Amino acid sequence: MITDIDAKLLEKIADLTGQPVGAFNLRKDSGCEARQSTEHIDISPRTDGKSGIDIRIKPGTKGEKCYIPVIISKSGVSELVYNDFYVGEDCDVEIVAGCGIHNSGCDESRHDGVHTFHIGKNARVRYSEKHYGEKDAGQTGGNVMNPKTVVYLGENASMQMETIQIRGIDSTKRETDFFCEAGSEVVVTERLLTHGQQTAESDMSIQLNGDDAKGRVISRSVAQDQSRQVFRPVMVGNAKCFGHVQCDSIIMGEAKIESVPAITANSTEAQLIHEAAIGKIAGDQLLKLETLGLTEEEAEDTILKGFLA
Amino acid sequence: MLELQHISYRVSAPEGEMDILKDVSITIPDHRMVVFTGPNGGGKTTLAKVIMGLVQPTGGKILYNGEDITHLSITERAKKGVSYGFQQPPRFKGITVHDLLLLAAGTEKLSKERCCAYLTKVGLCANDYLEREVDVSLSGGEVKRIEIATILARHSELMIFDEPEAGIDLWSFARLTETFEQLHQEGQATMIIISHQERIIRLADEIVVIANGEIAHRGSTEQVFPLILADTLGSCPVIERKETVR
Repeated sequence: MITDIDAKLLEKIADLTGQPVGAFNLRKDSGCEARQSTEHIDISPRTDGKSGIDIRIKPGTKGEKCYIPVIISKSGVSELVYNDFYVGEDCDVEIVAGCGIHNSGCDESRHDGVHTFHIGKNARVRYSEKHYGEKDAGQTGGNVMNPKTVVYLGENASMQMETIQIRGIDSTKRETDFFCEAGSEVVVTERLLTHGQQTAESDMSIQLNGDDAKGRVISRSVAQDQSRQVFRPVMVGNAKCFGHVQCDSIIMGEAKIESVPAITANSTEAQLIHEAAIGKIAGDQLLKLETLGLTEEEAEDTILKGFLA
Repeated sequence: MLELQHISYRVSAPEGEMDILKDVSITIPDHRMVVFTGPNGGGKTTLAKVIMGLVQPTGGKILYNGEDITHLSITERAKKGVSYGFQQPPRFKGITVHDLLLLAAGTEKLSKERCCAYLTKVGLCANDYLEREVDVSLSGGEVKRIEIATILARHSELMIFDEPEAGIDLWSFARLTETFEQLHQEGQATMIIISHQERIIRLADEIVVIANGEIAHRGSTEQVFPLILADTLGSCPVIERKETVR
C-alpha cells in the first residue's frame, strides 16, 4: 500500500504522481509493490536467486518510458538489489530510477543497487536516478545508498545519465563504469548535495574503447556544514576518441571536498581534457542577487539551486 | 527624490587613512537623468555603491523619498525601488537569462514577449539567449547587456548604471543609448549613469563631475561639457615641469 509518505518520496525521486503510464516496477521495503510490463518492455524477477529484476526492451522500441523507483519507509531495512537492463538495437527510450528513504526510527536504512545496462547498437537511452533521504524529527537512523552503475554501450549507441543526490543521504559510495564501443557517446551529469556530517564518495570510469567514441562527465556538487565529498572520475582513451571531465564544487561551512579527475590515454589518437574547480559562493554573486531584492539567505539558496539544477 | 548629505568614505591604506569620498552632498529630483563622470579613481563608483548600500559610508546621510536609508541593507533598498547595474556583473553557473529576468521582475512567470522586450532593448534576441546560462560561455559584452536587461525588468524608480557602455560593441551601444533616451522620455524613473561616453553625457539633464572624492563641477550638459573638454585637453604636469626647466 502506498502511504502519503511513499507518495511524497515517489514525487521527489521520480516526479511521479499516481501510477505511471507504461512499464514500471515499484519496489517498497524490499518487496515488489507493483509491476507492469508492456508490449515492448518486459520487466520480470531475476532467475539467478539474486534480488532484483531484468528489464528487456525490444529492438526498435521508441518513445517509451520505464519507471523503476525504490522506496524504503521502514527503519532498519538493508537490501542489495541487482537490476539488469537489456536495451535492444535502435531503441530510443527513457528509464527513470531513483531511491527514496524515509527513516522513522533509530536503525540504519540502506539500499545498495547494482544496475547493469547492455545497450544495443544505435540505441539511445536517457537514464535518470535521484536519491533522497529524510527522517522523522528526532530520529537518528542513518540513510545509506550505494548505487553502482555499469554500462556496456554498443556501436553508435548513446546514453545520457543524470544522477542526482537531492539531500538527506548520510553516506554514499557511488560507482559508475562505462565501456564504450566505436561511435558511441556517453554524457554523465552528476549533481550532489551533502550536509551535516554526511559523506559522499563517487568513483567513475569511462573507457572509450572504440574509434569516435565520446565521453563527457559534468559533475557539480555542494558540500555544506561538516560534510565530506570525494570525486574520482577517470576518462580512459583506448582509441581515436574524445573525452572531457569537468568537476565543479561549492564548498561551505566546515566541509571538505577532494576532487581528483584523471585522464589516461592509451592511444595517440585519444583527445582527453579534464578540469576541476572548488570554491565558495562568490561575494559578488550574492550582492548582485541582493540588488534584485533577495535576502542573503534567498540569494544563497538561488545560487545553490541553479548550480545543482 | 534622492538626497546625499555630507557623504564621506574613509579607508585605511598602508600609507595611512585615505578619503575616497569627501563630504559629498547632492540632491537628485525624481525622473531626472544624471550622469556621473570624471577621472578613474575619482569616487564615482563608490558614490553609486553608497546609494545602493554596496558600500557603507563612514559619514553622512542618504535620504530616499524623505526616508533615511543610510543604514538599510541592499535588499531593503532594492525593495524600496533602487536598482544597480554592475560595471562587471558576476556570472552564475546553472542560472539562465530567463531565471535572472524572473528574479529581477520579482514574479514567478514572465511571458516570452516581456523577456523579448527587455532583451531587445539591449540588442539581444530572446530566442538565442533566454535559455542560456549566465556563465563563462557568454562574452563580457553579452553578460553586460543581460545585466542591463535585468535592471529594465525591475521597473524600479531609481536606476543606477555603472559604466553601461563598458565592453559593449558599437552597434549594441547605439541601441543602448536609444533605450536610455526612451526610458528618460517615458519619465517613469530616475537614472544615475556613470559614463564617459559623449552620447550618454549629452542625453543627461545634469552632469556631475566627480574627481578626488568630491564634486568638481555640476550643471547642464551645455555648462559642464566644455569644462570636461578643457580638462581633457590639459597637459601632463610632469612634462609641463620639464618644459618649464628648459
